[in-house]
Amino acid sequence: MDLRDGPEEAAFRATLRTWLEANVPSGLRGFRGWSGPAAVALGREWSKRLAEAGYAGLTWPKEYGGAGRPWRYQAVYLEELARAEAPQHLGVIGLGMAGPTIIAHGRPDQKARYLAKILSAEDIWCQGFSEPGSGSDLASVRTRVDLVGDHFVVNGQKVWSSYAHIADRCILLGRTTAASEKHEGLTYLIVDMKSPGVEVRPLRQITGEAEFNEIFFTDVAVPKENLLGEVGGGWRVAMTTLSHERGTFGFALQGALDVAVRKLVALARERAGTDPLVRDRVAREWIDLQALRYTNYRALARLERTGTPGPEGSVAKLRWSEANQRLTKLAIEIIGQEAQVAEGDGAPAYWRHQQLRSRGNTIEAGTSEVLRNIIAERVLGLPRSR
Amino acid sequence: MDFSFSPEQDQLRAQARSFLEKRFPAARLAEIAKSTDGWDRASWPELARLGWTGASIAEAQGGAGLSFVEEAIVFEELGRALYAGPYFSTVALALPALACAPDLLAQIASGALTAALAANGSVAARRSGDRWLLRGETDLVPDAGWVDAFVVHARGPDGVGLYLAERHDARPAIRVLDTVDVTRRLGRVTFDDDPARLLAAPPAAAKIIAATRRRALAALALEAVGVASHALAQGVEHAKSREQFGRPIGTYQAVSHKLADTYVETELARSLAYWAAWCIAEDDGQAELAASAAKAYAAEAAVAACERVIQVHGGMGFTWDHPLHRYYKRALWIESFDRSGAAHRADIAEVLLGG
Repeated sequence: MDLRDGPEEAAFRATLRTWLEANVPSGLRGFRGWSGPAAVALGREWSKRLAEAGYAGLTWPKEYGGAGRPWRYQAVYLEELARAEAPQHLGVIGLGMAGPTIIAHGRPDQKARYLAKILSAEDIWCQGFSEPGSGSDLASVRTRVDLVGDHFVVNGQKVWSSYAHIADRCILLGRTTAASEKHEGLTYLIVDMKSPGVEVRPLRQITGEAEFNEIFFTDVAVPKENLLGEVGGGWRVAMTTLSHERGTFGFALQGALDVAVRKLVALARERAGTDPLVRDRVAREWIDLQALRYTNYRALARLERTGTPGPEGSVAKLRWSEANQRLTKLAIEIIGQEAQVAEGDGAPAYWRHQQLRSRGNTIEAGTSEVLRNIIAERVLGLPRSR
Repeated sequence: MDFSFSPEQDQLRAQARSFLEKRFPAARLAEIAKSTDGWDRASWPELARLGWTGASIAEAQGGAGLSFVEEAIVFEELGRALYAGPYFSTVALALPALACAPDLLAQIASGALTAALAANGSVAARRSGDRWLLRGETDLVPDAGWVDAFVVHARGPDGVGLYLAERHDARPAIRVLDTVDVTRRLGRVTFDDDPARLLAAPPAAAKIIAATRRRALAALALEAVGVASHALAQGVEHAKSREQFGRPIGTYQAVSHKLADTYVETELARSLAYWAAWCIAEDDGQAELAASAAKAYAAEAAVAACERVIQVHGGMGFTWDHPLHRYYKRALWIESFDRSGAAHRADIAEVLLGG
């Protein structure tokens, strides 16, 4: 047990820290979301720069253009990114989900075609999993994937797809055999977002912005070679995608919470005076952040030992989302009525936005209810609730 | 960066768990709780033989020469087993002061000496020839009725120092209080010109007192994690086997989500407690903050775990015969020690936000 960086990690951290100081574009410091086209253009440029410096795909094998480093380097990377308040690589879905899935299940020609462009941010990916009728119950997806001659035809609707409005490609889970059991008959495809019949409609959120989208597929022709895994074998491929989402996801969340707690402490110093109730709540959030941090370190040690993420990923997501909701609420309470004014870009507008955005945290990427079911069933071994 | 235990440390934990499970099943705990002694005296030499009392004592003094991380493992396992005996008092509270006297360390390692900390109250120390005499009363002394000696906070000519008063011939006068957790009783100790040995005078004493507090908070956080883990396991077992409306009650989310929350809080408490343990072992600059955070969080998590699991057990969980109340009472004992979670958070807020 040693909580300090080893010499190599310390050197990696120091180099990265210096690099970030010199390279984060000023327009992206204190980043709040890929809202407008200008931000997206900056984001592509930033991601390319990250890739050129060797910071994209840190844990990917070297043969696919990654750095082939142990997971701890990805953790250090995410911590330092948060410290600098710099955004992640624009292609997080490609790097964290599509890429590892292609590495695990793809053919050599698919690896050659897709992986390098994920790293360089030439291709941005989105995920076509959830549907209006299939949220938490992913295996019930109804989007049709039919093999017609030498290609698949996709028909259906996906929803809650981050990045779809800027994406070049989509990992899509659809149904090939309607009559079969839920998990059987699912097929996993790579879809070119510029194909005829693909329509993306942004969904406006309660913050007023549109980070998520609906994707409509109408008779979209997808070449047979875009199949990942086997026809009817999509569920297994999708599980790879989702397990990679949980890999070092906790560190990204911890990084975000670290920034939020730091800002909360600054706000409370400035505005909360000696109010003992506010001080107690700030201290609670700080303790929760440390608890999340050291839980992530324990999870990391296990991940490096076993190669597969443990249940701590669910713990981190569950607690992070609730902590973020509590602390943003506390911040707008400290600010008071001024937080109701939507104009300007100072602290009140920042926290108002963060507080509204936080309501999505307990819903996106696994609702808190589903995460509690996962913990109850897979960790504690309780009988299934359904 | 490696936040995991070594194979040797994992082995220590496995050995501790198997020894304690065999030695202290629920029925035995109930017997011990009813006994006049309130603890199993015969267990102390066994703990010493296992190397637990001298885990962090240097090999030259008969110890194992290990660190607080190994002691942390023992504390967590003793918490899980609801151990009744003066390990917390001797190893967490008394040991830092006893380290001033190498001869005493050897006695701790061999199991020949148990000690408690008498810190709450007003005791005066005056010199008489080549020895010191203590006069005054200290209250709420953990394990007062069980130990061979007391480390006493007493005011001498230069301020508060640390003194060792050994028990003999029914002196000092001890009144063991009827404590909610009968397996860790509190007592009142009255000194009436009882002889004592000076362990540390000011200003060295103040440093030892601060280090002792950090150790105690971390040790209790670890015990709390053990208590919470045990309660959770009981709750899960019950939710799997107890059936109502034709199904195990664990299928109902109103039950399973309570247990999921208990798991989450226990794991977060564990992370904080291990962090605090490492900080103490390494004398890290964050040790005080970490120990405060860990104790505040873990104690509340253990209390909440017991409360949820009592609820999951329904009426049975509320009965005297079911062992759950013993865990609950230990959790409440831990929560009350030193200061409340709110007071610890106030300290943390002071560091974060200023005065």
